[in-house]
Amino acid sequence: MLDGTTRAADEVVAVMPPALVECTVEKVAVNAVMAGCLPEYLPVVLAALEAVCTDEFNMHGILATTMGVGPVLVVNGPVSSRIGMNSGVNALGQGNRANATIGRAVQLVVRNVGGGAPGGIDRATHGSMAKLGFCFAEDEAGSPWTTLSEDRGFDRSQDVVTAFCGEAPRVLVDQKSRSADSLVRALAEGLRASVSPRVVMGMDGMLVLSPEHMSRFRDAGWDRNRFMAELAGHLTVEADDILAGAGGIEEGLPEGLAGMTLPKFRPGGLLVVHAGGSAGLFSAIVGGWVNGPMGSEPTSREITP
Amino acid sequence: MSQPTVVLDPTAGTAPSDRTRSPRPTSLVGVTVGLLDISKPRGDIFLDRVAERLGEQGAIVLRYAKPTFTKPAPVDLRHEIATQCAAVIEALAD
Repeated sequence: MLDGTTRAADEVVAVMPPALVECTVEKVAVNAVMAGCLPEYLPVVLAALEAVCTDEFNMHGILATTMGVGPVLVVNGPVSSRIGMNSGVNALGQGNRANATIGRAVQLVVRNVGGGAPGGIDRATHGSMAKLGFCFAEDEAGSPWTTLSEDRGFDRSQDVVTAFCGEAPRVLVDQKSRSADSLVRALAEGLRASVSPRVVMGMDGMLVLSPEHMSRFRDAGWDRNRFMAELAGHLTVEADDILAGAGGIEEGLPEGLAGMTLPKFRPGGLLVVHAGGSAGLFSAIVGGWVNGPMGSEPTSREITP
Repeated sequence: MSQPTVVLDPTAGTAPSDRTRSPRPTSLVGVTVGLLDISKPRGDIFLDRVAERLGEQGAIVLRYAKPTFTKPAPVDLRHEIATQCAAVIEALAD
């Protein structure tokens, strides 16, 4: 396994929460073997651990929270095809060996080295499959848009892993929209319920557009910026509909926000990725968690040999 | 002759250190009790009531708050509580 990296076995990769112990390349390698990784996956695992073990990503809180969230890892760059990652059919599901074992290795390191065992520091009420390991590659070749990593300031030629704090994905069905305008409205409607229809701006989200959904925007000549602008225009919430007590529901926004129209997500709080099989008029939503300095920031790291 | 089997440990190989609990206060009269709000909604309502009850029993109450419930209390805050208080009550919430 250690042959998969040029880094020394005793090099410290990160200080691993929750126990805050220094985690070496060798410890990561041991867990990567247990997860079923091939040696060529190891640099991705190492970069992912560097991303999650930052104050801004806040792995400790993500582990400890009662919400069922975990690090959702998106891989961009030539590395994904070089090591055989799946960005197509079932990318968010069984994936393939690379997808499944990279995500699992990261979780095993947090559990075994950091000591974050379920029932201990890990207090998730239900947990979710995102906590087992959630890793996939973006379908860059099939997308007319800039990639997630480009959107986050990297060059397309760079190998990058982005960690997003999220739950397991859920399907968003739209099988009838034939125009970009119709589909973007449908996506906005579905995204409004991410985490809860009564949560606005405080939690981020991820939208995984399928190739067939992407084709609507490709045909209309929309690039990523046009899509994001059109989506933001539809993705607003009338505060009056979700004030505490509105509709007989005690959960909700404080009275002080009455009368306002609010964006569902904070600026930059929705990550959009292209992945999935070539057939299927579905996209996927991954709900997030408390965002920003109060919770978790999506965090990217370059993958190096 | 066969090679010896080497077993690698996937854990950090560390164990929490045992620490003795501080003596329990036998009375609250004149005892400084810290109330730590983790900054979740309505934790303050719970702690307001606890502060009221502790005050009735003669305790001196000091209030503290974590900047966010999603992260461990900062070291400085933990030190402040440890040096100023004989006991601490932490509020979860919701």
